[in-house]
Amino acid sequence: MLAIEVENLKKQFNGLTAVNNISFEVRAGELFGLLGPNGAGKTTTINMLSTLLNPTSGEAKVAGYDIIKEKDNVRKSIGVVFQEPALDNKLTGRENLEFHAMLYGMNKDERNKRINEVLELVELKDKADILVENYSGGMKRRLEIARGLVHKPKVLFLDEPTLGLDAQTRRHIWEYIQKLNREHNVTIILTTHYMEEADYLCDRVAIIDHGKIIAMDTPERLKDKLGGDIITFELEGNNNEFMNEVNKLAFVKSIKEHNGKLTIMVEQGEKRIPQLIKLAQKKGVDIKSVALHKPSLEDVFLHFTGKTIREEEASQKERNINFARRRFRR
Amino acid sequence: MIINTNAIYVLWLREMKRFLRAKSRVIGTLMIPFFFLAFFGLGFGKMNIPGLGNDIDYIHFLVPGIVGMTMLSTSMFAGISVLWDREFGFLKEIMVAPVSRISIVIGRIVGGATTSVLQGILILGISILMGFKIPGIPAFLLSIVFMLLISSTFIGLGLIFASKMKDMQGFSLIMNFVTFPLIFLSGALFPLENLPAWIRYISYLDPLTYGIDGLRGILLGVSSFSIIFDFAVLIVFSFLMTFLGAYFFEKSESA
Repeated sequence: MLAIEVENLKKQFNGLTAVNNISFEVRAGELFGLLGPNGAGKTTTINMLSTLLNPTSGEAKVAGYDIIKEKDNVRKSIGVVFQEPALDNKLTGRENLEFHAMLYGMNKDERNKRINEVLELVELKDKADILVENYSGGMKRRLEIARGLVHKPKVLFLDEPTLGLDAQTRRHIWEYIQKLNREHNVTIILTTHYMEEADYLCDRVAIIDHGKIIAMDTPERLKDKLGGDIITFELEGNNNEFMNEVNKLAFVKSIKEHNGKLTIMVEQGEKRIPQLIKLAQKKGVDIKSVALHKPSLEDVFLHFTGKTIREEEASQKERNINFARRRFRR
Repeated sequence: MIINTNAIYVLWLREMKRFLRAKSRVIGTLMIPFFFLAFFGLGFGKMNIPGLGNDIDYIHFLVPGIVGMTMLSTSMFAGISVLWDREFGFLKEIMVAPVSRISIVIGRIVGGATTSVLQGILILGISILMGFKIPGIPAFLLSIVFMLLISSTFIGLGLIFASKMKDMQGFSLIMNFVTFPLIFLSGALFPLENLPAWIRYISYLDPLTYGIDGLRGILLGVSSFSIIFDFAVLIVFSFLMTFLGAYFFEKSESA
């Protein structure tokens, strides 16, 4: 059964295309990740799927319901944890959950039982009756996850669930997310720009850049596609000739130059390093450093876009500023 | 169009809880009308102001005006505070819930109107302590009806402004360039008959004019128009503004 079907979904804001004809499917029970830099269109996608935004064109179904024609049924079937906290700070944690449950039409007994359940799940029971303004960032996020679950949604959207949290809290949130998915059988769609998060949590990942899905598969298979190992050479001075020579070698699968670093994909990297060093010496190229690692999703992103995710974010920021300027002038 | 009564109730309950917890804000919003009442009342009390009618003291003339003024500013604030919810994200939590947009608007109007009217009643209470006399329970209840109508009108107006603004920077601008002219045009502080004719015509476009005139008719027995006329005009304004507020809110949130 499919929890989500997206077909050629597109969203434009005043001529700027935020999401550009994306299509994907998520099976019921799956933990699916949208991975990409800030501004790639992840949040816009979530906003469309959760009925907050109408798409410019295309179609999508969530839990079997059309996101345009059956908004109310979609809303009943989903829980959403937004990127920015969406809590009322002047209410207690329990009151936030209670108001949520009432909005979703749950009666009092059902409400109390379920609220205690979700509070226990995120370990906030002893802090439930203090005002949210006194919560830490991690507690707020946990409360929001709990709130997203109160009405027992079939599908849970998590938009950057660990943004701005410290490493330890992040681990904790990851555990809750896994528990939800495995033990409570909730289909989860999360967005993230943290490679390790997508790698660690997701059954399947769609890599999204400039509003387009550029690769989609399990993290393992995405990494396998790059093949074997990655050797990174940091070189002194001009290295074009060396790069050409390396490219001619039979065992090199692909080679990329990026910021003075050569990224070479090979099988059995540990055996290839001496050969490559020998070649460098023959060509009179000075090597500053060598590194060998298994491909990460970061390498996958680099492979498909020619940029690291951080660089993509920087250029995206510039684009947004220019866009904002244009808008401001109007 | 579906109205979800439980959603309206939740939003109302939220307003009540926030109102009761924000004691400093309530005291702050009561201070300005109190100062107006005290200093204008005392300062101008000895003056002979034409047009007050029936030997009414200026301070008594002022009470319905200040109540109306309180209604205006608290209601505009309630409408515009959608911006706060948007800024702090809570609006999304409401928008993604399975409730109709109209219920969200009604919930906000009902909640905002309740807190405004409570503040209006507090001002009336303060003025009673200062020597103001209310003609009786029916007059008191009727004045609450007028307060509700003023309130829903300006919450609607606040919603329209909130829908047009993308951040909170325009807030003080609106408060200064919309709220104050509306107060001065309404005859809250002086009889409109003393104004030049052309300004008086502009003041007839201000809903608050009819609200305050109606309150004066009820509480003092003097008014420029009949109470029925004030009521009729105000009800039209109230429906119009509520409808427009709901319309613009819906439009701005689902773009």
